[in-house]
Amino acid sequence: MLLTYLPVLLMIGFATIMALVVLFASSIFSPKNPYKEKNKPWECGLEPIGEANKGHFRVHFFIIAILFVIFDVETLFLFPWAVLLTDKSISLFIFAEMIIFVVVLAIGLIYAWKKGALDWV
Amino acid sequence: MPELGLIIEVVLIFIKVYIVGMILFMLPLPLTWLERKVAGRIQVRLGPHRVGPKGLLQPFADMVKLLLKEDIIPDKADRFLFKLAPLLAMIPAFAVFVAIPVGDTFTIPGIDYVFKLYISDMNVGVLYVLAIGGLGIYGIIFGGWASNSKYSLLGGLRSAAQMISYEVALSFAAIGVVMMSNSLSLVEIVKSQGGGFWNWNLFYLPVGPVWFLIFFIASLAEINRIPFDLPEDEGTLGSGFHTEYSGMRFSFFMLAEYIAMVTISVLAVVFFFGGWMPPIDPATFGIKVPAQIMSVWGIGWFIAKVVVFIYIFMWIRFTLPRYRYDQLMTIGWKILIPVSLITVLVTGLMRIFLT
Repeated sequence: MLLTYLPVLLMIGFATIMALVVLFASSIFSPKNPYKEKNKPWECGLEPIGEANKGHFRVHFFIIAILFVIFDVETLFLFPWAVLLTDKSISLFIFAEMIIFVVVLAIGLIYAWKKGALDWV
Repeated sequence: MPELGLIIEVVLIFIKVYIVGMILFMLPLPLTWLERKVAGRIQVRLGPHRVGPKGLLQPFADMVKLLLKEDIIPDKADRFLFKLAPLLAMIPAFAVFVAIPVGDTFTIPGIDYVFKLYISDMNVGVLYVLAIGGLGIYGIIFGGWASNSKYSLLGGLRSAAQMISYEVALSFAAIGVVMMSNSLSLVEIVKSQGGGFWNWNLFYLPVGPVWFLIFFIASLAEINRIPFDLPEDEGTLGSGFHTEYSGMRFSFFMLAEYIAMVTISVLAVVFFFGGWMPPIDPATFGIKVPAQIMSVWGIGWFIAKVVVFIYIFMWIRFTLPRYRYDQLMTIGWKILIPVSLITVLVTGLMRIFLT
């Protein structure tokens, strides 16, 4: 168990160290000459108006995020089911259960569709 | 005092992680060169040819240039998140490769030591790859938000919405593979496809090709490549979520993108094209080949298949135009997800009644 997941930690550590070393090398070699015009947000040369990250964005992105949560959790339920499917003793029972589950979610998808949550105008 | 076998195992893990990490870190060098050469070929021009023979040293020149560029942090940016975002995009891309096998085992002749050709064979490999691969979104959305530029914010949001939309279709395709191969471990998935190309999941008719199409389209969107590269749509967004990044931080985003491309190619090969299994196995015809030769031969096939996939991704990039954002959402939610729901049921019926 430990030997299975130890490499994940090692790889994360390795990538972090390499990234920091490269950033450090870059900070040694690169010039540092910031001034007001250079540090402005890039907006095709025009004066930037207002702040970009103060929360004005389409609410539609949020709806997509909620739909994602529903469907991603659904796929997570399907994973163990998919592994056990060919087990003869329970296969028909869990298959019938999964049909009900998928149909309920499909109704949800159709509802969101009819409400226009999937349309992007 | 732990026994000797365990110590050897841990030392080998250290060495493997180091080697794989170094290869991944150096991977963009050949890939950028290849991509630009392919672009040149397709657009009937030469591509890079000045630096070194056939432009082979061009990536090194690019690397030196990026290293020498000033690291600009905009005044209005959220400095902590701005610095953190490239790392958050890059590190999950590395961590995914821990679970990826390039072969089964290699028995070293003479000492009879079984050398594993993967770093770790997780029993939840598919889930791990999808979950850790999905973490890369955080880097992109943090980078887009923290830059405090309108183009970056829009690019980050678009990228997040696009990636989570297609993550669902990608997970469905993975479920299809798990159903066809009956395991979540990547090594087991490949082993279930052995024996010849007619056993590959791609040829599990009639659902195999459908799953492959869903997987391929979803993965194109997942790695932000044309025809789905709206987060970097230069016609409307500058250069999207990395508009404000420069120098090494910018190159970390690029590194993450190239590694993601390789990851997706590897996954396509493992899921649908039989991983390291050669298309025709000599054992089916009763020809005995030593296991060591078969392992090396298998690694060759694995790399060849991955390279073909990488080439296909580049080919698509320079052939197709870009979708509009509403078309992208329509394809993801109104076509891929209903089709995968139906295909899940068809595959389930086939697995129950045909095996």
